[in-house]
Parts: sequence; C-alpha cells; structure tokens
Amino acid sequence: MKKSFFIQGIKQGLPIALGYIPIAIAFGILTASEGLSYLTGMLMSLTVFAGASQFVAVNLMSLGAASGEIILTTFILNFRHFLMSASLSQRLEESTPKLSRSILSFGITDETFSLASVTNLDDNKKLSFSFLLGLMLVSFTAWNAGTWVGLFMGNILPDILQNSMGIALYVMFIGLLVPALKSSIPIAVVALTAMLAHSAITFVPWIPSFSTGWNIILSTMVGAFLGTILFPKEDLHE
Amino acid sequence: MNNTILIVLGMAVVTYIPRMLPMVLMQKLRLQPYIKRFLSFIPFAALGALIFPEILYSTESIPSSLVGAFLAVLVALFSKNLILIVLSGIFGSFLYQLLFL
Repeated sequence: MKKSFFIQGIKQGLPIALGYIPIAIAFGILTASEGLSYLTGMLMSLTVFAGASQFVAVNLMSLGAASGEIILTTFILNFRHFLMSASLSQRLEESTPKLSRSILSFGITDETFSLASVTNLDDNKKLSFSFLLGLMLVSFTAWNAGTWVGLFMGNILPDILQNSMGIALYVMFIGLLVPALKSSIPIAVVALTAMLAHSAITFVPWIPSFSTGWNIILSTMVGAFLGTILFPKEDLHE
Repeated sequence: MNNTILIVLGMAVVTYIPRMLPMVLMQKLRLQPYIKRFLSFIPFAALGALIFPEILYSTESIPSSLVGAFLAVLVALFSKNLILIVLSGIFGSFLYQLLFL
C-alpha cells in the first residue's frame, strides 16, 4: 500500500464526505422517527452503504412490508452498481489481487464511482488500490458518522441549511462532468443523451417508467451505447 | 436474532454481490474493443442520468434547486475545485430560500 496515494484518495473524497453528512443525518433522523432501533440504522449504514435504498428500506419497514419485498426492492435499486463495477474494473491496476478487489467493491457508490472514474483520465493512468481505499474510506466514515448524529442528536443543522445541502451531491456530479464536457465532444454527447433519456423516461407519459434504479441503468446504457456507435474510433479526449 | 436485523443483513448481501462480481471476475477478461469503449462511456452517461432530472427535486423547491445548479455550473466552468463547486451550489439554493421563502 502506498501511503501518498491513500492520502490523495482521502483528500479527493472530501467533497463526497461533505455531501454525505447531511443526507446521512436525515437518514438517521428518519430511522429514529419511524420508531426503528438505533442498531437497525447503524447496522444498515455499516453493512449496506447505499443511500437511496436505505431511505426506501426504512420507509418499507415502518409500513410493515414483508422481508422479501424489502430485500428485493433493495436489490433492484442497487443493481446499477453492477454497471459501475464493470466499468471501474477496467480502470484498476491489473495487478490488484482479488481480495483487494473484493474489498474495494464494497465501497462502490454513485459518488465514489464517478469521482474515481474521472481521476487520472487525461494521462490514461490506472487507479491504485490505495487511492480507491482512501476515497472510499473517507466517504464511508462520513456516511456512518452522519447516521450516528442523526440517530442520537437529531436535527443539528437549521432546516434551511439542511434543505439546501440536499443539492450537494448533484452539484458535485456537475463539477465532475463539466471539465469532461469541455474536453471531449463524445463525452458531451453521451452525457446529454443520458440526461435526455432519463428526462424522457421520467416525464413523457407514454414512455414506460420503472423504479429509479432501473431508470438510471436504462438511461446510462442508452447514452453509453449511442456513444459506442457514434464514436467507434476516436480517442475519448481529442 | 431480531427479524429487522436479518432484513438488514439480507439487504447487505444483495447490495454487495452486484458491486463485487464484475470487479473480481472481469480482471483477466480479454474484452472486445467496443465493449471496452462502452464501459469507458459509462461514467459520463451515469453522471448525466444521475444529475438530471433529479437535481430539480433535491432542495425545498425547483426554483431553489435551479439557482443552486446554475451557480454551480458557472463556478465549474472556471474551476475544478469540487469543494468550491459544492459550496456554491449549496449557497445558491440557500440564498434563494432565504430571500423568497
């Protein structure tokens, strides 16, 4: 393990941590207010580590949904990570052993995946275990710390701030996407196509809409597929 | 063991497996160039799909989200500093709510 890469990962993960904390606090508050035990909330953030699905699960639990339904919903909502894991597997240093890969897999979220994917893209350098571990560890720590604060302390942020912080992760995604858009036409086409596809699925009544997880998977595949067809040869950064 | 705890552990398993399988199994695979290309586009397609339209509903109201998003795009055009971009987005939506709600 390279210490400098690990530290770099932690530093690069700080924006994710900043975005996770208010959401995790909200998750902790919801869990407590629905009358679920502290242990349930803490264990979920420790072992599942996937934001949207945790909110949905807590809602379903409070409604007394069947165990199978909650677990199946979680699977469907989180299956998009399969696509992200496939993409990230190609960016990792090839010598990374299977055990290290299986550890890193646990930390794949929309945010850690996106941030890792745009790192070192220009010089086409592979990502190291140490870097990804640092990135994921700081995100994971923030997610769990936020959960605890929400569970045990409740709403420590003023409402108006908590509300506005809901935008944090989305604008972080914007920050990751904009430089790539400026540098590459294929990337711009792919990203805008996926946005349009997701909007169409969401807003156009005669286009079938599924759960959020599948809508994101479908729109992502439409965008990436179109890019593969339209730009079969060119370098990603021309 | 308590039923709720078992549900959480079930959730953990079904979340982990799709995260882990490609990462571990695709290591040595010789992929066709077009598949590699498809996979290399995934992050940018995913970013697009994750941002829009859901960003609209990420704060108190659509206008406050739009103000935050607009300010963040503006900053992102000139800087790659993510913390700065995130803070400007939060600030934009905060300011809107402070002034108009």
